[in-house]
Amino acid sequence: MVVFNYLVFPGFLFATVAGLLTWWLDRKVTARVHYRVGPPWFQTFADVMKLMGKEVILPENAKRTGFLLAPIVALAAAAMASTMIGVYNWNTGISFSGDLIVFWYILAIPSIMLIVGSAAAGTPLSSVGSSREMKLLLAYEVPFIIVLAMVIFQAQTLSLGGIIKYQAAHGSIIASLSGVLGFIVVLLCVQAKMGFVPFDAPEAETELGGGILYDYSGAALGAFKLAKAMLFYTLPIFMITIFWGGVQIGNGLGILWAVLKYILIVVLITLIRNTNPRLRIDQAVKFFWGKLTILAIIAFILNVIGL
Amino acid sequence: MGLKTAALKKSIWVFHVACSPCNNCDIEILDLLTPRFDVERFGIVLVGSPRHADALLITGVANRHVTPRLIETYRATAKPCVCFLYGACACKGNVFKGSYNVPRMVDEIIREEDPNAIIVYVPGCPPKPEAMISGVVKALSAL
Repeated sequence: MVVFNYLVFPGFLFATVAGLLTWWLDRKVTARVHYRVGPPWFQTFADVMKLMGKEVILPENAKRTGFLLAPIVALAAAAMASTMIGVYNWNTGISFSGDLIVFWYILAIPSIMLIVGSAAAGTPLSSVGSSREMKLLLAYEVPFIIVLAMVIFQAQTLSLGGIIKYQAAHGSIIASLSGVLGFIVVLLCVQAKMGFVPFDAPEAETELGGGILYDYSGAALGAFKLAKAMLFYTLPIFMITIFWGGVQIGNGLGILWAVLKYILIVVLITLIRNTNPRLRIDQAVKFFWGKLTILAIIAFILNVIGL
Repeated sequence: MGLKTAALKKSIWVFHVACSPCNNCDIEILDLLTPRFDVERFGIVLVGSPRHADALLITGVANRHVTPRLIETYRATAKPCVCFLYGACACKGNVFKGSYNVPRMVDEIIREEDPNAIIVYVPGCPPKPEAMISGVVKALSAL
């Protein structure tokens, strides 16, 4: 059962399909914002399939093991994250105390693997991207963990299943002022975790030519793209789980509501990405450690006094 | 036709190699990405790194300084890949043919590096975006 969960539903296979469709939705909405037509629905599947069939080039100064192992570990971690979030929404009973912390660690692994892989490539553009990704990781985790602490404090539990049960009994966390503030903070942190535009300094196509992914080609690049697509599916579901009452598969229209919430969050992320310029890395760090951390602390205090 | 080739035909990622062009061709290429032509409908996007690319879009003449960089870029591209020589300069040298700083044409340099390279010529000064789309169609039928 565990193997089935990890490999088929709601793990690797399901997350792949859902993530690639989400990525397509993102590209289609982007195209509509530009007043273009945009790619057909199978576009992202074709992209990944093509990358899997291409040559993998090893740069001259690359450290072979780290360079080639990083995408695989990132993919495995992304599949693990999607499995956890899916299984706990399906069956809140098997959630154990502290799995929120485990989930938070697993979410950090793809970013860390990007840092490891691009540092192992041994070329200037990759190294610059690697150092920027490291700074960004340190920056966005601070407000993110404060908001998680707020959710844990309100629900008085450390398990994802417990948070879903708490919201089923007492109403969604987003229904309060502190919940809305926390949701905004996590939305922007997700933006940075995905490497989307206001915070895409590590990738920076126009100045670093791909940055952290610059030296990856073929199947290795495909694995990273796939891991990113899976995270693009996992993170909105995670936001629904901790703020918006979970997916609630049990009762009739629950899945429909979940899909609507999911599409709303994805489109919000895409619109933020399309209406903002790229921040420099120092501006991004200042933004996360300054404004967003203050906002997260305000949300926490409001939560403590019961708003 | 295998699954890989079918996927490749639906998703061409292009890296733009500017071999000292006069920017006229580059402006025509940008038109392809704008709402009127929108080549992302066919999965064609510009990427920032030759390692991600399936197609090299070469504009301008290969002078002495550019030649080693052009060879290096071709080697850095993950195979299989297609080379588009966009504009009269890249195709056959235009007014720079026989000039002291242009010893070889772009296609000769690429053929020397890889005799089996797929090279597509899109002539014009500058070629219209429609000509480029026609060139892409011909290159895809050659794959």
